Amino acid sequence: MPKVTVDGIEIDVPTGATVLQACELAGKEIPRFCYHERLSIAGNCRMCLVEVKPGPPKPQASCALPAAEGQAIFTATPMVQKAREGVMEFLLINHPLDCPICDQGGECDLQDQAMAYGRGASRYDENKRAVTEKYMGPLIKTAMTRCIHCTRCVRFSEEIAGVDEIGALYRGEAMQITSYLEKAVQHELSANVVDLCPVGALTSKPYAFEARPWELKKTLSIDVSDAVGSNIRIDSRGREVLRALPRINDDVNEEWLSDKGRHCVDGLTRRRLDRPWIRQKGKLVEATWDEAFGVIAKAKPGASIAAVAGDLVDCETLFAAKKLVGALGSTLLEGRQTGLDYDATNLAAVNFNSTFAGIETADAILIVGSMVRWEAPLINVRLRKAAKRGAKVFVVGPHWETTFAAEFLGDDVGVLGDLPEHVSEAMASARRPAVILGGGGLAKGALAPLLALASEWNLVRELEDGAKWNGFNVLHMAASRMGGLMLGYAKKGGIADIAKASPKVVLALGADEVDWSAFGSSLKVYIGHHGDKGAHAADVILPGAAWTEKAGTFVNTEGRVQFAEKAVFAPGDAREDWTILRALADALGVSVGFDTFEALRAAMVAEVPALGREGLANYGALPKPKKAAKAKAAQIGYPIKDFYLTNAICRASPTMQRCSAELLHGEDLAEAAE
Amino acid sequence: MADRAPAPDTPELRARWGDFAWTEANAAEVPKIVARYPPGRQRSAVMPLLDLAQRQVGAETNTQGWLPIPVIEFVARELGMPAIRVLEVASFYTMYNLSPVGRFHVQVCGTTPCMLRGSDDILAACTKRGMSKGHISDDGLWSLTEVECMGNCASAPMVQINDDNYEDLTAETFDKILDGLAVGGRPKPGTQAPGRHTVEPLGGPTTLREMVSANHDYRGEW
Repeated sequence: MPKVTVDGIEIDVPTGATVLQACELAGKEIPRFCYHERLSIAGNCRMCLVEVKPGPPKPQASCALPAAEGQAIFTATPMVQKAREGVMEFLLINHPLDCPICDQGGECDLQDQAMAYGRGASRYDENKRAVTEKYMGPLIKTAMTRCIHCTRCVRFSEEIAGVDEIGALYRGEAMQITSYLEKAVQHELSANVVDLCPVGALTSKPYAFEARPWELKKTLSIDVSDAVGSNIRIDSRGREVLRALPRINDDVNEEWLSDKGRHCVDGLTRRRLDRPWIRQKGKLVEATWDEAFGVIAKAKPGASIAAVAGDLVDCETLFAAKKLVGALGSTLLEGRQTGLDYDATNLAAVNFNSTFAGIETADAILIVGSMVRWEAPLINVRLRKAAKRGAKVFVVGPHWETTFAAEFLGDDVGVLGDLPEHVSEAMASARRPAVILGGGGLAKGALAPLLALASEWNLVRELEDGAKWNGFNVLHMAASRMGGLMLGYAKKGGIADIAKASPKVVLALGADEVDWSAFGSSLKVYIGHHGDKGAHAADVILPGAAWTEKAGTFVNTEGRVQFAEKAVFAPGDAREDWTILRALADALGVSVGFDTFEALRAAMVAEVPALGREGLANYGALPKPKKAAKAKAAQIGYPIKDFYLTNAICRASPTMQRCSAELLHGEDLAEAAE
Repeated sequence: MADRAPAPDTPELRARWGDFAWTEANAAEVPKIVARYPPGRQRSAVMPLLDLAQRQVGAETNTQGWLPIPVIEFVARELGMPAIRVLEVASFYTMYNLSPVGRFHVQVCGTTPCMLRGSDDILAACTKRGMSKGHISDDGLWSLTEVECMGNCASAPMVQINDDNYEDLTAETFDKILDGLAVGGRPKPGTQAPGRHTVEPLGGPTTLREMVSANHDYRGEW
């Protein structure tokens, strides 16, 4: 622990800290462009210059200088001030003065730091450099003349995303940042470089010229595009959500967000259900709320009613539907739309127990039936970190392009019963072994055999430092999954059980992935927000609110309970889902026991206390493995066919459609867009 | 610095260079080059391999050689590197040609010492032969680039043609060198001044004269 003095303040800094970090610990602000906490140190912008004694009598780049015992650091001397002014003047030499037409304006590091540390006026009257725009795909808009060559985007692609596609070509004044041959950047985290760019060189293409940051209302929310539960901030103006940005949460998403979570929000204003519809003579016709409720009441469901939850619904909606169905005397609840029927009696067995932060420290990882890169891009980032630290990664399932060294053990889940010697050896001898079971594996009955392997490999253990380690992980793909399982949305035989019961009325809570042909005789009531597959099959449509339009609780795949707030109002006649279910209870003549959202939440927390506490829910110990748990031979197939079009909001989003067409199906849209 | 950009990645380029592979001699050379670097650091061999590839392209096209995109990707595959990292290297160093050049790549130094010693005449001699900066002459023999200091100021003006430096040039001696090259000869590289071998002072040393024949202790004279 070196002891250093920053502007006369004496502090202890952790070993290995840089001078910049020491200054931050002492509460001093150091301007910077290239330095970023989560990327390697480049030291090329020179904005973080400080004076350090002992040392050469010149300013030093604090981001790349290790803090050492007895250093005296000065951050506000005339030398430092002059150095910063000089660096800023050089940076601005070739930076265009186009802030009024730049999308970064108002949230630009260069703008802010030029105001705070710059000279105020330019002395440069030569010609400025100009650089051609580079095509980087449907999400990133470039204005490379503005680039100050901090190389954050290059380092992000190489280190975090693991897809080397951005680089710095040429040298000196001619240096240019570009994607390889100006092709679209092809990974699921590409838009994060927009956040990283300290200037307006890389900005968001779908959000171009939409708004200024100070016009936007900022609401804290949770991403629902996958089961990671990334913490996001919804920026809205009036009734429209304009963009979603990641919030920093080291336990969940660090400070990244998948392209889908970031850019699906423009689907929130398209294909919306903004009034009730009822099916008459095979055609959906517009209706009033009373007419729609009338149709449902006329069906007289009694106890013959079921609720099927979609992937995007919050726990409150799930609970309200459960109460309604329960009040009518039914227990037909299911959330696993595509027919999964794994055993959900013990939630620890279907949870991501090692936590996301924990999986980074694993040293041997067996992935069964999960294309992590598409199912949870941010967990893929963690796996890459683990692999970089030396973890051995094995995958059972069809080949996919990993961003780390991984060994594929074949497509057949049966291989679990007969793992190659070196794999069992690596798993058994690892200090922090982990398995990750994905949807593809769950569908082929890999849960039980994997639990048996978990006890064989002793995945639950106490580490040398006394910490608890549970390396058994299930990776879900739906934001509503863990919440649904906690609220009992699981029948023994999955959705087939519901179909077998052939209920008179099925409430589809935004359920778009269900095969509705199995529910031929039921009255299908779709409560949701987008006119997608579920609405097409429905007999009655009750327009609900998307996740940005209601407050809600979400539980991510590691069992982390998180709250999202309401950012905007639902369009037209659409209502928050719980109010629809509450009104439906009246129409059906039963009582659900709550009249306000607060009462609903209180009732929910009373029933499942874990849902009232933010943070990891405790699911107890893993179940004892069954003796005869042997993996039957079956080809694994990955459930996601198109990363960009996995839910109703994405399918309505022009940006996601474009990403899918261009990045996955290779259509050449680049020219047409310009 | 001259504008540099990789030759456009067209289907024709892919068709011509897509199946680039080492010649037998070069294939034998590659493992030796890679072995110069410690295990796990094979990527360090990117510069010599790019050079080797450029020379092979040169031999195939009877020019100085250049690096088409497919060849850059080939080198990337050889070393297990992302193509963008190899392109970064190739675009950083001006010794790698990113677009086709002629049989002889004439690089005339135009920095101050050479300019004072008459590099303008050298450039004029080039123009007279039909060369123009950044282009290949019509006969395919010459490419002309004006470059910055190549470190031969003591024997200025100088010109680098492919692997050789020609120094102490006048318009006449330079013309003679180009004539010699054009007919397939290899004019003597280095200084062209009569009576000079390397960059020693003309007419004998001007400093440390006592040191010429024997060791001399100057310390008493300081």
